Amino acid sequence: MADTLLEIKDLCVQFGGLSALERVSFAVSPGEIVGLIGPNGAGKTTVFNLITGIYPPTSGSVTLNGRTISGKKTHLIFQSGVARTFQNIRLFKKLSVLDNVRIAAHSQMRYGPLTGALRLPGYWRDESETTARAMDMLGIFDLAGYAEATASSLPYGAQRRLEIARALISRPRLLLLDEPAAGMNPTETRALMSTIREVRDRFGVAILLIEHDMRLVMGICERLVVLDYGQVIAAGAPDEIRRDERVVKAYLGGSAV
Amino acid sequence: MNTLIIQIINGLHVGSVYALIALGYTMVYGIVKLINFAHGDVIMVGAYITLSLLSSAALPFGIAAGLGILFCAALGVAVERIAYKPLRNAPRISSLITTIGVSYFLQNAVQMIYSPTPRPFPIRINIPAVAIGSLRISGLTFVTILVAVLLMIALEAFVRRTRTGKAMRAVSEDLQAAQLMGVNINTTISVTFAIGAALAAVGAILYSTAYPSISPTMGAMPGLKAFIAAVLGGIGIMPGAMLGGFLMGVAESLTKGYISTQLSDAVVFGILIVVLLVKPSGILGRHASEKV
Amino acid sequence: MNAANRKSWIINLAALAALTAALLIPARLNMFNDYIKGVITWTLVNVIMAVSLNLVCGLLGYLALGHAGFMAVGAYASAMVSLNWKVPLSFPLALLAGGLAAAAAGMVIGIPVLRLKGDYLAIITLGFGEIVRIILNNIPALGGARSLRGIPRITTIPAAYLAVVICVALMFTLGRSRHGRAILSIREDEVAATSSGIPVMYYKMLAFTIAAFFAGIAGGLYAHNAGTLNPNRFNFDRSIEYLVMVVLGGMGSITGAVIAAAVLTALPEMLRWLSDYRMLIYSLALILMMLFRPDGLLGTAEFSIARMLERVRRARTGARSSRADRGNDG
Repeated sequence: MADTLLEIKDLCVQFGGLSALERVSFAVSPGEIVGLIGPNGAGKTTVFNLITGIYPPTSGSVTLNGRTISGKKTHLIFQSGVARTFQNIRLFKKLSVLDNVRIAAHSQMRYGPLTGALRLPGYWRDESETTARAMDMLGIFDLAGYAEATASSLPYGAQRRLEIARALISRPRLLLLDEPAAGMNPTETRALMSTIREVRDRFGVAILLIEHDMRLVMGICERLVVLDYGQVIAAGAPDEIRRDERVVKAYLGGSAV
Repeated sequence: MNTLIIQIINGLHVGSVYALIALGYTMVYGIVKLINFAHGDVIMVGAYITLSLLSSAALPFGIAAGLGILFCAALGVAVERIAYKPLRNAPRISSLITTIGVSYFLQNAVQMIYSPTPRPFPIRINIPAVAIGSLRISGLTFVTILVAVLLMIALEAFVRRTRTGKAMRAVSEDLQAAQLMGVNINTTISVTFAIGAALAAVGAILYSTAYPSISPTMGAMPGLKAFIAAVLGGIGIMPGAMLGGFLMGVAESLTKGYISTQLSDAVVFGILIVVLLVKPSGILGRHASEKV
Repeated sequence: MNAANRKSWIINLAALAALTAALLIPARLNMFNDYIKGVITWTLVNVIMAVSLNLVCGLLGYLALGHAGFMAVGAYASAMVSLNWKVPLSFPLALLAGGLAAAAAGMVIGIPVLRLKGDYLAIITLGFGEIVRIILNNIPALGGARSLRGIPRITTIPAAYLAVVICVALMFTLGRSRHGRAILSIREDEVAATSSGIPVMYYKMLAFTIAAFFAGIAGGLYAHNAGTLNPNRFNFDRSIEYLVMVVLGGMGSITGAVIAAAVLTALPEMLRWLSDYRMLIYSLALILMMLFRPDGLLGTAEFSIARMLERVRRARTGARSSRADRGNDG
């Protein structure tokens, strides 16, 4: 790998003496789609929470383009180019779809509180530009018609798409998707797969995704990292992982092999 | 040295009253996450009812107090049925506001029935002072602390041992899960309000014997302090309410004795602020982190 | 801006102008007696309090129970300015001083307090509010428990009204800017907000400080209307009253807060003929309101005359068309 976007090195975290992640290391290259898989409770979402700074790691480091981001505040990590979605959809439920996306564009807007309150020209310029960008983004995810609707009123699949649209408005270099296909039927999942690929091609963003749907994972991921009991037990191309004994064992339990 | 011990014992006296009232706040909060602002006024109603039964009906003290406590338990259930139950699925703040409404209502209803001027609480229980070594503790203080401690032990046993008690703990852990496991949550919540209000009534009677002047707004200050005691100890945790109550009582008494009477309330609030800043969930509180 | 939107703007502006005229022209012509003047001023002060508290409770989503404390800081600060500095323009300066003092207090309190969540924040703000009151009670230079007297009574209805207009307008424009959206996003989901690049602590502080600032202005207006200040006027019950206004108006609705503050200030006055029953009825009204409209008068929506006219029109045409339907059946 010539250049590395995200590098996770010896990441450890303990919750109340219990080790949730042990010396986890892996890397993601620019524009790559990587799957983070493993049985329930393996620590996948914890990895996301450490990358985005929701929790600080006990030891180890996370670097983005060679700069350390672990230990930084969540909103600063976002501003340095890491956006995410959540396992159990966390939209701004009572706000409009458009506002959900515009909120994530906040850090790219410039006008101050007074300019906003007094409606000075800076406000109008910045707002109209952001609104246009947000509408474009909603268009990409087939959500333009819902712009004024309340986020919570959207159907489930649309809510998942809105979360991705919200994450992308800031033009991140790394997108973390936490179980994007959870609760979707096969048709929706297939549509989602092509959306994910399109997003990568269009925005050149690297994607790290957690997913249990193996068809999706095998179908779009270029590389997989397998986590079990807080440790990386395998990493490599989907075909290699499929044949890896330890992975099969982790998923099916010791006796099945 | 002696005065210090006496101040501490005085503090435990008023602290045990705070603790009894705080239990009501903490039980209700633990189970339905509601700050019941009408709780302080239950104290006041308890005092007035007991007063009426003593003076108008001329009942003996024990019976009057018993009836007063029963009345308050019923009032507690009424508050739950009116202010909380219809709003169980509404925003939490709405039920908070209805309890404020009930609080205003009780204050004004009592004011209309009895007049707003303070009244003397007629009873003077003559209990001989208790001597421990060279210390003489007033009988009233001794009885108050004893009653409070016994009730807390009884309550703890009730919650640990009985079916209803277990149901209460289950509901406070997870209301939905408890319901799925066959716990009758309506009854459980009502029982919680009833017990909390009954304890507040006991607190009211003990309070009125110590400060024998009662008025329609008398519930406000002990109510607020008991509420703070509950938060101090860790709201939702019963031993925390007791600890918080005693702590507040002693702190208040020591400030009054050694610093200044006017500042005693400031010290109480100051302690609250310091504790919350150092340990945001209270002294005995568990730290609950949000799952992402 | 589309046509319907523009029409709604025009109607609302016209209504606002009518309200302004109804209030200011009689005031100018001295048509109000002292009692009415007092009630109107007090109502305007309370509107500022409710609208500013709405920023913290409704928009940021934090339950704060010490808003009267900031009002007290503002009242005393502005009163001291008026009493000690006799300079031209001293009244606006005094109000500004009150606002800034309260904002400073908000900032000092906000730094430790805003790390807490939910009900704990409510309780700690309660504690701070009460401490402000107790401290004021114990400063002889500020009159202490025996009140601060002799403050020039120069608050006029137009002055208070101007303050209301500025406060409400700023809330509206701030609320509909990236900063307002950031504050709303914290209410909706703090984790999602920080994960979307919102500096959460900064916006909590901003909301808290602005709310305190306007509470301070309201306090200054109150001080220069009452002429005397007693710390116990700013107790916990007062904070609760403002919370009630915000919730009753609908958390997050600026117009709701305005209406609720006006109604709840004027209602007890209008119920004076009920004498002893007055507060009883008031408390019952409060309970019933909450039971039947748990989300408050307006929910999170804003009041709009255009929308109301639209609803009336639709209801009428609806009735007519259903009558027509029945006619066809027969």
